[in-house]
Amino acid sequence: MSKGRFGIHGGQYIPETLMNEIHKLEEAYEFYKKDPAFNEELNTLLREYAGRPSLLYYAEKMTKDLGGAKIYLKREDLNHTGAHKINNVLGQALLAKKMGKTRLIAETGAGQHGVATATVAALLDLECEIYMGALDCERQALNVYRMKLLGASVHPVTTGTGTLKDAVNECMKEWTNRVDDTLYCLGSVMGPHPFPQMVGDFQSVISREARAQILEKEGRLPDVVMACVGGGSNAMGMFREFIPDESVKLIGCEAAGLGVDTDRTAATMATGKLGIFHGMKSYFCQNEYGQIAPVYSISAGLDYPGVGPEHANLHDTGRAQYVPVTDEEAVEAFEYIARTEGIIAAIESSHAIAHLMKLAPTMDKDQIIICCLSGRGDKDVAAIARYRGVDLHE
Amino acid sequence: MNKIKETLMGKKSFVPFITAGDPSLDKTEEFIIKMAEAGAGLIEIGIPFSDPIAEGPVIMDANVRALSNPDGCTTDQVFEMVERVSKKVDVPMVFLTYLNPVYVYGPERFCNRCKEVGISGIIIPDMPYEEKEEILPAAKAAGIDVISMIAPTSKDRIQMIAKEATGYIYVVSSLGVTGVRSEITTDLGEIVKQIKEVTDTPACIGFGISTPEQADKYARVADGVIVGSAIVKIVAEHGADAGPYIYEYVKKMVETVEAVI
Repeated sequence: MSKGRFGIHGGQYIPETLMNEIHKLEEAYEFYKKDPAFNEELNTLLREYAGRPSLLYYAEKMTKDLGGAKIYLKREDLNHTGAHKINNVLGQALLAKKMGKTRLIAETGAGQHGVATATVAALLDLECEIYMGALDCERQALNVYRMKLLGASVHPVTTGTGTLKDAVNECMKEWTNRVDDTLYCLGSVMGPHPFPQMVGDFQSVISREARAQILEKEGRLPDVVMACVGGGSNAMGMFREFIPDESVKLIGCEAAGLGVDTDRTAATMATGKLGIFHGMKSYFCQNEYGQIAPVYSISAGLDYPGVGPEHANLHDTGRAQYVPVTDEEAVEAFEYIARTEGIIAAIESSHAIAHLMKLAPTMDKDQIIICCLSGRGDKDVAAIARYRGVDLHE
Repeated sequence: MNKIKETLMGKKSFVPFITAGDPSLDKTEEFIIKMAEAGAGLIEIGIPFSDPIAEGPVIMDANVRALSNPDGCTTDQVFEMVERVSKKVDVPMVFLTYLNPVYVYGPERFCNRCKEVGISGIIIPDMPYEEKEEILPAAKAAGIDVISMIAPTSKDRIQMIAKEATGYIYVVSSLGVTGVRSEITTDLGEIVKQIKEVTDTPACIGFGISTPEQADKYARVADGVIVGSAIVKIVAEHGADAGPYIYEYVKKMVETVEAVI
């Protein structure tokens, strides 16, 4: 069995054409992650360009209104490009440069990873091509224009469901077509090893900061750490450094779409089964014959039929708990946090906020929750207006 | 020696591919018979998958057509079709599909069913050498060959893969996905030479081949020539009436390949 396992999950299930390249990437990553010069360069970019550390914000009004645990928000929405995605992209793009690559390709769902990749490609003088589902291009038209503005080419993917899964398919195909000068800058903790490990490492800056910040502010660890989960990169970033802290409960919030008892859902942990797809063994929404299911969520960033292998293992071992959140609950949370805290959160992050709103009132006032606010919601305003029947077009 | 190796050894073979269920499983049965009558050395049958990441647009569309067929095209239905057709043809048949459908069906159950219906091998493009233990024990127990793939980027991996290969070796001609190409730039002669140094398992070249000229060229280098997209294109064009066109195409390719000494 290959390397890169989290329990039984993970692995390297990819076409032979990519095997040597993935091994090269693995070796380069193993080397550079221990290289002080590389880390210095990355940390400088994270600080000076992305604007880290991100704030750990005490949401006092929400805390009072919900009347339970003390709520802190890890403000990844305040990063340059407006989401956590830049943490990973800076790492991978820098690695690409070290490997002598001149071109990045990437998939994107909501467009946040595409925007981050296009941004960093512009900064580091790399050619950039983004694959995005045709339906997502429509849902997130503003981000498509943003990527073009940054100098990237955007390829709308019309195959399959025209969403994130199909964008990943096309990106993998494009990588087999041109491996020599190209790095597939994968946007989540998924795909073949070393991506789940590497993306998780680059995102773990979120929990490294949050852990130090909460110890500084409260003098103790939180009781709950939570985040939304599609592929699971912001959640893994938020969880990683807390995994050894057994007193800290980890909660991932997945997109239930219209509900886990309908076929219009993307809740992989709740409705998926063990399978092997997109380079990894993990849980996937699929039928009895292993055909990948056409999933659905209002959130383009969570609209994915699988979940990263490290999450699958945290689920198996019971270390983390995964809960489904419907479209309606997420939209209500989107509106609630805007009204209450004056923060327009991404519809993805609003899935975590929705569960937070249920959970906080059940906890004591001396307990602490940290919720990852993975991105800002400017990109979602038009879609939420449409959801509420307001005829608003970008 | 098993059926595949026995059939392919000591001559040049033409290996056509067809996607099961496109436009219907009854038609696939008819097309397989036509390909056998036209002299195919071995036939590859694609079990359609929702997300075939090694396929170009032609075969991907065929997968979509097959899976959206109102009569269905489940793995069980494909097995039943093969069970019917293997009573009528003698040519060895292998499946090409992706790991998830096999894994979810259950590797043992899948391989045993292959054996029952008369399938001799299985090609899984998203299962590289390092991950073949997922299926290999079950395949060995059932006497089914797991066909190994070698790509233009395999380099130092060629002999590692070839040494353990059984049935035949699928040499991928080009980077990228399946589909018709006007030019193939890989030094296939060198890859096949390295394979032959370590094994007598036959090597067949596929990806991008469509014309008799290309077939002639690669039959000189390898033991067989595999063609998929060009045949699936005939099905896309003629639908249920594709039978005679497939027969003509395969016959021409068989003649070209077999004429190579």
